[in-house]
Amino acid sequence: MTPPPKIKIRGLTKRFGDKLVLDGIDLDVMHATSMVIIGGSGSGKSVLLKCILGLITPDAGTIEIDGQNVLALSRTDRETLRAQIGMLFQNGALFDSIPVWENVAFGLLARRLVSRAEARAKAVAILAQVGLAASVGDLWPAELSGGMQKRVGLARAIAAKPDVLFFDEPTTGLDPIMGAVIDGLIVDCVKNLGSTAIAITHDMLSARRIGDRAAMLYHGRIVWQGAASDLMNSGNPMVDQFTHGLRDGPIQMELRK
Amino acid sequence: MTAPLDIVARIGRIALDACETTGKLTVFAATGIAHIVRPPFYGRMFLRALLEIGYLSLPVVALTAVFTGMVLALQSSTGLSRFSADSAVASLVVLSVTRELGPVLAGLMVAGRVGAAMAAEIGTMRVTDQIDALTTLSTNPMKYLVAPRLLAGFIALPLLVMVADILGVLGGFIIGTVKLGFNSGIYLNNTLDFVRTDDVVSGLAKAAVFGFLIALMGCFHGYNSKGGAQGVGAATTSAVVAASVLILAFDYVLTELFFAR
Repeated sequence: MTPPPKIKIRGLTKRFGDKLVLDGIDLDVMHATSMVIIGGSGSGKSVLLKCILGLITPDAGTIEIDGQNVLALSRTDRETLRAQIGMLFQNGALFDSIPVWENVAFGLLARRLVSRAEARAKAVAILAQVGLAASVGDLWPAELSGGMQKRVGLARAIAAKPDVLFFDEPTTGLDPIMGAVIDGLIVDCVKNLGSTAIAITHDMLSARRIGDRAAMLYHGRIVWQGAASDLMNSGNPMVDQFTHGLRDGPIQMELRK
Repeated sequence: MTAPLDIVARIGRIALDACETTGKLTVFAATGIAHIVRPPFYGRMFLRALLEIGYLSLPVVALTAVFTGMVLALQSSTGLSRFSADSAVASLVVLSVTRELGPVLAGLMVAGRVGAAMAAEIGTMRVTDQIDALTTLSTNPMKYLVAPRLLAGFIALPLLVMVADILGVLGGFIIGTVKLGFNSGIYLNNTLDFVRTDDVVSGLAKAAVFGFLIALMGCFHGYNSKGGAQGVGAATTSAVVAASVLILAFDYVLTELFFAR
């Protein structure tokens, strides 16, 4: 008998005005596995993550985490649940008015898991996990390079040892080597914490490095699901066109000639 | 045929948008106030906002107040001397400053300085996902960003206006004694004889309302900004314009409330 999925999404629908962004998404993510979601820009990937996080309220459908319907929970229960989710934002989204160490310890301080006096040492320890020196803790986010910001963002996301981790385009805007470093860190963190992860990306190399399973989103629907290792030869014409970056195929860009 | 209908449709849309914004603003303000009184409290954020709104606005408010007092004394003396009523200069200065010009001018200066900065800071946090990041780190952005600023505006502006009142009277006093040749003792006596507690307190009450409005506009427009740099710029402009207009409108309403009996 297979165990119930950690995250179970059924019939998730969201429209903004006339635009149907999510059109009945069904998705299961098993405990302690990584799911990679690929799809073109504007295919609804970010909206899907924000719905699971509770930043956007969907129009229809259910989202269950550990069998609890997130959307039906009371506000305090939802906040408790949300505290178990760590998120790495696309551009880091570091708080630029506070130094790096305070960014890393922010979630711990907010939930009073550490005192301000202990927070600094704790932050340094977490920074070490993403390969950053203690001296980085005293810098301001604006003083960091893109790769370092991503790593600090990752440190902040894993600080509270979350059950579930979300990654929004973790390698976008990084050079290939830094991309590989970030992917490696993500895989290590997810493994060490035993977390369940969902990553959205358009970087095929990254998708295969991070993911156990993969799903492709197109026009608000999941058009393919399978093992991440099958991404490059899935047999699905849409996925093949996307992963190989072909101009001609079932997906037509709406370009005006 | 469609042109007149277009105009009607546009008027309708503007009216609907205005209603929607008013509703959103009311909910935003009510939520902000609710977070002021419900724990957890972010003392550090409150002190930071207090420093920004109050202490760092002192120079600009002080200069405004001194020059306003000076120009009031000069203008009123040329006007009043035609009726041989020079002695009224001192009372005119103190009443104008405490009741009206202190709170309004300090409010407008702070709206330009602080309202804009708040909208820009919170707006940038919005467009760079920092506000969403707060939510994912078990922190309510309304409580962390908005509530401390609203409270700080409410408290800081009356304190600033107290300083402005004193410096405004001082400006009038300097011109009155140095340039217009009043005896300094008589000028001060005239000032103190005419001013009543009500005058000062009503001015401070206005200031508290203005301070709240400035912070509310800065936070509301920043919080709801969209797009990138352009969106933040638009939010900043809206915050300053809306705060300035609201200050003048509420000034009338509050004056009506306090003095028209």
